[in-house]
Amino acid sequence: MISANLSAIFYLISGVLFILALRGLSSPETSRQGNLFGIIGMIIAVTVTFLSVGNFSSGFAFIFIFMILGGAVGAFIAFRIPMTAMPELVAGFHSLVGLAAVFVAISAFINPAAFNLGFPGNIKLASLIEMSIGAAVGAITFSGSVIAFLKLQGIMSGAPITFKGQHVLNALILISIVVLTFYLCSSQSPSLFWILIAVSFLIGFLIIIPIGGADMPVVISMLNSYSGWAAAGIGFTLENSALIITGALVGSSGAILSYIMCKGMNRSFFNVILGGFGATDQSSSSQSKEQRPVKSGNADDAAFLMKNASSVIIVPGYGMAVAQAQHALREMVDTLKKNDIKVSYAIHPVAGRMPGHMNVLLAEANVPYDEVFELEEINNDFANADVAFVIGANDVTNPVAKTDPQSPIYGMPVLDVEKCKSVLFVKRSLSPGYAGIDNDLFYRENTLMLFADAKKMTEDITKNL
Amino acid sequence: MEIDPFIFRLSIFILSIFVGYYVVWSVTPSLHTPLMSVTNAISSVIIVGAIIAALATNVDSIFTSSSIFGYLAITLAAINIFGGFLVTQRMLAMYKKKKKDKS
Repeated sequence: MISANLSAIFYLISGVLFILALRGLSSPETSRQGNLFGIIGMIIAVTVTFLSVGNFSSGFAFIFIFMILGGAVGAFIAFRIPMTAMPELVAGFHSLVGLAAVFVAISAFINPAAFNLGFPGNIKLASLIEMSIGAAVGAITFSGSVIAFLKLQGIMSGAPITFKGQHVLNALILISIVVLTFYLCSSQSPSLFWILIAVSFLIGFLIIIPIGGADMPVVISMLNSYSGWAAAGIGFTLENSALIITGALVGSSGAILSYIMCKGMNRSFFNVILGGFGATDQSSSSQSKEQRPVKSGNADDAAFLMKNASSVIIVPGYGMAVAQAQHALREMVDTLKKNDIKVSYAIHPVAGRMPGHMNVLLAEANVPYDEVFELEEINNDFANADVAFVIGANDVTNPVAKTDPQSPIYGMPVLDVEKCKSVLFVKRSLSPGYAGIDNDLFYRENTLMLFADAKKMTEDITKNL
Repeated sequence: MEIDPFIFRLSIFILSIFVGYYVVWSVTPSLHTPLMSVTNAISSVIIVGAIIAALATNVDSIFTSSSIFGYLAITLAAINIFGGFLVTQRMLAMYKKKKKDKS
């Protein structure tokens, strides 16, 4: 049994270690060390909790059993998950944090004496408010993440589900949560607490269903943020600084990532949250589309162009990951490099299904991270490059975003692919991308379309090099 | 007049938001996916609350209604802690610098 003050200091230390864990991610070299700090912080927090409870009853054995059980499941998933499925995994993990927060809040409500919060029916007012916030945000995180997971996994259609009066209903439910919390605080009634949790589950579900599958990067980041706020709410209840610090860190991290994703798509956060924009919204694409001439070529032409180039920029998109072409692509690049051709990769902020997803996929294919560049770093280099190789990307290369104020993607930051001497565009057909608009790049004089499966085309080009 | 301890916790909270804001902006965009998985793992420090809940048995019985929720939360948080840190480790191990280039 250690004193409350001493354990508070240890919690503070683990909070600081968590800050260092995030700090380590500022560069790949320090990142592994950062992860280690995070693990040490977690071990300290758990050990101190055991010591401070000090009640070495038979309950301990059960805690270890459940911890090992959960740990084994977690480890199994962590080793088995393919990198393309990271968005689903993260959404699934968020739902668990949310549910754990709800469970902790429930047990604090049932047995407040264990947490020094008062007694059933007479819980301290501040604690009750914090508990309700933790439980409500946790519940929203849980049900929202479950929907996000189902949409990403393809179990549920990615199409936005909208109905009349949706926003009014959501607003009413949100107001009812506030009202319920108010009455809960004055009456301390357990049934109100259960209703509050149930309503929060419902709103989490309703908030996410109208959001289209392609907006999931924003949703995952947002839920990341929520899971942090839920943890912070519980941290206030438990008067635990490690939880408060972590909750605040995770909350702001998720918020920043949502902001970056929204900016990458040039959409406001509210526009995404209010939903309705997504895969099925194709009205803009069906307008009069005159048949414009397109130059198309085969692997041989592409190989010829690249062989005579001195620098090539690769623009990968989610389609590359779907076709599992990243390894084939790396082989092609290796061959190019052997011919003394300079190769770099250009990554758009919203390439992939979650922030930084494309970087992980390339890293998995053994692409060195110092050949991979972000949009701002590389955009000026397109003008000096000989060949741009667009594989599995579409809207993020559309020059219309810079030229046509009428376009729905006007103002979105795009890669200046068209400034290259020649553009090779690997795509199955001329169909529009997620935004539902025609890509002007297809019809440019310097664009050569390569109609094929990304993986097969890349392999064929390598053979012809 | 005494300052309510809540105010101190609130100060920690607000300052941590600012620390988080600046630290996260300095994270390189190429590591945003590991950032999400590691934040996932550390937010599972909520396991601390779950352990207190599980061990809070007034009577001799190990399983009371409140401790059962504690055990459930421990299991969920443990999945996240192990899964989150390990998958982060796995991803970070893949980030390599250009090395050989002996051509």
